[in-house]
Amino acid sequence: MDFNDTAEEAAFRSEARAWLQANAPKVNLAGLPEKEVLKHAKAWQAKKAEARYACITWPEKLGGRGGTPIQQVIFGQEEAKVGAPRGFFDIGLGMCIPTVMAFANDETKARFVGPAVRGDEIWCQLFSEPSAGSDVAGLRTKAVRDGDDWVINGQKVWTSGAHYCDFGIVLVRTDPDVPKHKGLTMFWIDMKDPGVTVKPIHQMSGGSNFNEVYFENVRVKDSQRLGAVGDGWKVALVTLMNERLAVGGATGPNYPELLSLARSTPSGDSSALEDKAFREKLADWYVQAEGLKLTRFRSITALSRGQTPGPEASIGKIVSANQLQAMSSEAMEVLDQYGIISDPELAPLEAGFQQSVMWAAGLRIAGGTDEILKNIIAERVLGLPGDVRVDKDVAFKDMPTGL
Amino acid sequence: MTADRATGAKPVNFDYSDDQKFLKSEARKFLDARATAKVNRAVLDDPAKSYDPELWKAVAEMGWLGAAIPEAFGGLGLGHIDLCAIAEELGRVVAPIPFASTVYFFAEAVLLAGTEAQKADLLPKVASGELIGCFATSEGPGAATAASLSTTVLDGAINGVKIPVTDGDIAHKAIVLASEGGKPGLFIVDLATAGKETLKTLDPSRSAAKLTFAAQPAERLGGVGEGIALMEAIFDRAAVLIAFEQVGGADKCLEMAKEYALGRYAFGRTIAGYQAIKHKLADIYVKNELARSNAYYGAWALNTSAPELPIAASAARIAGCEAFWFAAKENVQTHGGMGFTWAVDAHLYYRRAKQLGLVAGAARSWKERLVSQLERRNAA
Repeated sequence: MDFNDTAEEAAFRSEARAWLQANAPKVNLAGLPEKEVLKHAKAWQAKKAEARYACITWPEKLGGRGGTPIQQVIFGQEEAKVGAPRGFFDIGLGMCIPTVMAFANDETKARFVGPAVRGDEIWCQLFSEPSAGSDVAGLRTKAVRDGDDWVINGQKVWTSGAHYCDFGIVLVRTDPDVPKHKGLTMFWIDMKDPGVTVKPIHQMSGGSNFNEVYFENVRVKDSQRLGAVGDGWKVALVTLMNERLAVGGATGPNYPELLSLARSTPSGDSSALEDKAFREKLADWYVQAEGLKLTRFRSITALSRGQTPGPEASIGKIVSANQLQAMSSEAMEVLDQYGIISDPELAPLEAGFQQSVMWAAGLRIAGGTDEILKNIIAERVLGLPGDVRVDKDVAFKDMPTGL
Repeated sequence: MTADRATGAKPVNFDYSDDQKFLKSEARKFLDARATAKVNRAVLDDPAKSYDPELWKAVAEMGWLGAAIPEAFGGLGLGHIDLCAIAEELGRVVAPIPFASTVYFFAEAVLLAGTEAQKADLLPKVASGELIGCFATSEGPGAATAASLSTTVLDGAINGVKIPVTDGDIAHKAIVLASEGGKPGLFIVDLATAGKETLKTLDPSRSAAKLTFAAQPAERLGGVGEGIALMEAIFDRAAVLIAFEQVGGADKCLEMAKEYALGRYAFGRTIAGYQAIKHKLADIYVKNELARSNAYYGAWALNTSAPELPIAASAARIAGCEAFWFAAKENVQTHGGMGFTWAVDAHLYYRRAKQLGLVAGAARSWKERLVSQLERRNAA
């Protein structure tokens, strides 16, 4: 047990580091509008693709490097240090393109894989709907066959990046007369189609990181179908299998910032850091945060040894999201009455905790709610039975909707 | 070596090695056969028994007592991570033997602070199983401090009372925290003539005693006035090893709760299908994994004598105490009324969770210690 690379890993790390030093963009992205950041991100992605660092584990003929998962991890660690723009391509390359590669015909694959790897085209995933969140198979956006085409009508929600994406994969209902999982079909679509309307969602945190996507008589060719008619759920599972790789944990202020804040905040004759109750909580959060970091190390160790990471990776988001919310709330408590101020000019850390207390509420829901994640741990990790499904044998059109 | 070396970018060998995994699986086979709940209960149910001498002898024959003791002193010289693997398995079976007192406290103290002569004298006897050791610091409610010490050493003779001392009633020798000329120190004391009174405790499968010293010879371990610093360093080492027992016990509790829930039917179906139960077991799983990861880091720090050990040990201890207690109490809860009976084994773990949770100092003290360390690191 140690923290050392193997010889091959060390060699790859120094090679990656050298390349990053020489090639990473030297721009300060802070405060730039998203459009500008996107421009830099695309240029950087193209450069990585050219050097075969874009999709390290993919085969060379698909624009990858034919490398190992641990090389991907190592490159990611080194890339994070140089402050290169990131995040725009994760869903496309992590979830959508693997689905395209698994289910599309050769012509479609040849058309899309290269541009996605190079960052010329960006993809989004269109699954969630206003009435289909945790129960995504209950979705209602429908596609109706019309000759060699399908016509799509309905609405998707919580679509990351829809406003800058070129293409998407969309899960729709093609048969309401069979039980919900059996009547779904997957297609790829062009987001620039005139029937597609993207509207930003105004979040409780004030920002807009996600979108609603409306489909009004969007016509797609049958050749845009991914998988068989009625097999959409099976296709979606392939997409979602890759979700863990694409969705990250919580980012935001952590215990070092909280410790500094408490130290600099007066309380009685001393600082808030002298408060016994506060110190106990701080210790708990340190132990949790370290525990998560070290749990990631265990997953990486499995990759390094050529094994599949164990189920321990599944605890990441559930712990980090709850911790971020609790810690942000406590940080505001430390500030006492002053804690309500969210003006970055006035609040400590440019109001970082006031922002994260709002953002954390969403993080506990995004990419699987706390409750669904606990079901997943219970069912897939511990092997406990699934829930009783009262809708299992009911035709979708006969399912109670509460409406 | 820097304080955040492990936060760097090279965490690729953070697990037991294949050899250690083999040792662990052999230990599990051995203990599943030899350290059943029946063995624990034989000690638990009989006030005259303080441990299981047969199991103790068998464990000694396996070489486990000397796993981390260098070969020069009669041990196997495997290192601390191997000892951690053994500890995890001992925790799973709530073994009724003085392993922690003798190995994690007594032997670690001698390894840390002993002279060559003390090591040569004591460690081979620990490794062979002929010497049961214990660690005596507490004198009453609350943690022992330099100011609160009333046990004293004068001209090589010790006087005072220590309570409770885990395994004090069966140990041959104790390492005792006592004040010498107003300065705290650690002392090796032979217990042959000391007063020993077995105490009624929460986990009778791990006995504890009140030790009364009346001018017994006391030999200093470590320097004059180093008692508190040494005690803390010994607690750090023991905390990591105990964290592995806690992780083993907590994992076992999760398995017990799962097995029971799957087999228990209510309202027409297995209770393991209800989200109230599923989420409870998922919560246990999350805490157990966090505890395991923190314990691994502690193991690494212990095995390499890293300067991060005090922080790593604190985190391992806090996470271990939290995980085992939570798993133990929710295991009882999952068993419902059956869980509250003497016949079901859930209470063996409930008891041991509290015993291990206090024997190296309460988690609340460790939290304070951790934050103090973080303050120092943060300021540096």
